[in-house]
Amino acid sequence: MTTETNLSFDKDFVRSFSKELNEPAWMEELRVKALELSESLPMPRPDKTKIDKWNFTQFDTTTVKSETFSSLAELPEEVKALIGDESTTKNLYIQRNHTPAYISLTEELKGQGVIFTDIFTAVREHSELVQKYLLTEAVKTDEHRLIALHAALMNGGAFLYIPKNVEVKEPIHSIYLHDSADANLVNHVLVVADDNSAVTYVENYLSTLESANGVFNIVTEVIAKAGAKVQYGAVDTLAKGITTYVNRRGSAGRDARIEWALGLMNEGNTISENTTNLVGDGAYGDTKTVVVGRGEQIQNFTTKVVHYGKNSEGYILKHGVMKDSASSIFNGIGHILHGASKSNAEQESRVLMLSEKARGDANPILLIDEDDVTAGHAASVGRVDPVQLYYLMSRGIPKKEAERLVIHGFLAPVVNQLPIEGVKEQLTAVIERKVR
Amino acid sequence: MAGSTLTIKDLHVEIDGKEILKGVNLEIKGGEIHAIMGPNGTGKSTLSSAIMGHPKYEVTSGSIMLDDQNVLEMEVDERARAGLFLAMQYPSEINGVTNADFLRSALNSRLGEGNEISLMKFIRKMDKQMEFLEMDLDMAQRYLNEGFSGGEKKRNEILQLMMLEPKIAILDEIDSGLDIDALKVVSKGINQMRGEDFGCLVITHYQRLLNYITPDYVHVMMQGRVVKSGGPELAQRLEAEGYDWIKQELGIEDETVGQEA
Repeated sequence: MTTETNLSFDKDFVRSFSKELNEPAWMEELRVKALELSESLPMPRPDKTKIDKWNFTQFDTTTVKSETFSSLAELPEEVKALIGDESTTKNLYIQRNHTPAYISLTEELKGQGVIFTDIFTAVREHSELVQKYLLTEAVKTDEHRLIALHAALMNGGAFLYIPKNVEVKEPIHSIYLHDSADANLVNHVLVVADDNSAVTYVENYLSTLESANGVFNIVTEVIAKAGAKVQYGAVDTLAKGITTYVNRRGSAGRDARIEWALGLMNEGNTISENTTNLVGDGAYGDTKTVVVGRGEQIQNFTTKVVHYGKNSEGYILKHGVMKDSASSIFNGIGHILHGASKSNAEQESRVLMLSEKARGDANPILLIDEDDVTAGHAASVGRVDPVQLYYLMSRGIPKKEAERLVIHGFLAPVVNQLPIEGVKEQLTAVIERKVR
Repeated sequence: MAGSTLTIKDLHVEIDGKEILKGVNLEIKGGEIHAIMGPNGTGKSTLSSAIMGHPKYEVTSGSIMLDDQNVLEMEVDERARAGLFLAMQYPSEINGVTNADFLRSALNSRLGEGNEISLMKFIRKMDKQMEFLEMDLDMAQRYLNEGFSGGEKKRNEILQLMMLEPKIAILDEIDSGLDIDALKVVSKGINQMRGEDFGCLVITHYQRLLNYITPDYVHVMMQGRVVKSGGPELAQRLEAEGYDWIKQELGIEDETVGQEA
């Protein structure tokens, strides 16, 4: 590590950073308190993955000032490929490293009261709304050191607010472009869908660097109020050498729905937590995740659905492909609390291993504190079935292509869920590249 | 030139070190339909798997030639591209791969790079054959064999046969588990393929299928060999009298092969 990097997260730094951003006093206090907490709180303990030697806390906090994009024509090719045609670029936020670099939101949505902006602007201009939901409902600052550190050092992100009864038809898209090796991103996405609203949000974490040496700390909060419906798609493709902590958490109110479709394709070591709290009666949570691990990557994917409300339904589906010497832990947790009667918790984890040295462990866990419920789990870890390959090859398909079909087929149930064609194609291409 | 010829000579095959086929001889020419009959456990399915190259079956001696090509030296996919097809008794289910994508990929690998079928042409061809086989057109977009009923799987095997148009097809118990209507449709598909350029080996327990597909030759397998060959009248006699007369004629007590007593 070089000596000129700024590793001092002291109170002065946090205060001056907050002042530089013109943040309201409450935000500055939130950061300072969080910093204090980070000194005493323990690190998170992802089940079955030891992270004591991982570096999540020592990194340069200097803000990288990147060029903005005045039009879509200026975007790098990798970003252009994601956004596809015009219909999906009308509501688009692009953040380049730490810099909000492009934003658009249709007049129609603005007129309906939809807010979609970078997190700094949101904190300043929609202070009350952000204060109400930021780290108060879904994620709490005092959970562990990395969340506290996140709150103290947050240096990027977006805020999306959908007012009551507004149904947004077109997807809202964010792209977090990482093209500077000096950027360590502490990114916060806050999505609030008010009563009976509906929205589809899709995000990409995209490194255009081959490799970097850095730390990303990402937290997403989705608040789906009564009767709201949020579809949340994400494709993460952060570079080799980036150590990532990513926590995506939703809180679903009465009869609300949160549906996740996550393509977790980082090249570096990653700890991913995805939790859906079914708080209200009749709440519904569905998580679909695909993962490809390669090289020497070590990853931990913990997917959790917690049932507080009666008649709540939670579904977890995870498919992972492991190759080379990659190793991954897939923890699936369905937790039905006492009182959440008539709830249903289902989960399925499948891991496909493509090499002798690859490792994948699927740990299905059901925690049930209520009698009158239904629950189920299925998990498997295996290799490509030689009989399936034989069948495909018996029709003239060469072995390589047969393997490709089986692997894509294995991941398709999740890939097909992504609501933006460009993002779906990108994920397919990323999978293609990673499993080849 | 009329069709291709598949020639099997003195074929010996083992599975898990146990010999199942003990010298099979058979010649199938383009334009001919052969039926192999025989009770369970006599090596019929082993023969079909060995021809196609199933990884669990090991050919220990003998030869399989398709015209002048040595089939035993080819990988499974090469055998298929050379013109062999096996309609399987238990087709694999493949999640996430649609029937249409699979078939297009199979067809294109046969046509070779640069000669791929256009998407429109492919869809027209597939729709036409599915209608012919009275299949629900939605099945094109369903995942390959996944959740298909027994009858749907068999129809799907025949659909693949009709799409890929092989030179020599082997149908391994295509009639098992089919009701009479499905059997008629499947037979209709096979009969549609009949012609100078198409040779076929039908493996079955039952004469029933042969009421719809009239074979030119009928062979009976026992103890891992073809023990009797004849014309369609042989199948009729088997239907009427069973297999005991052949066993008596040949002095066979236990017709099965490679099974634990």
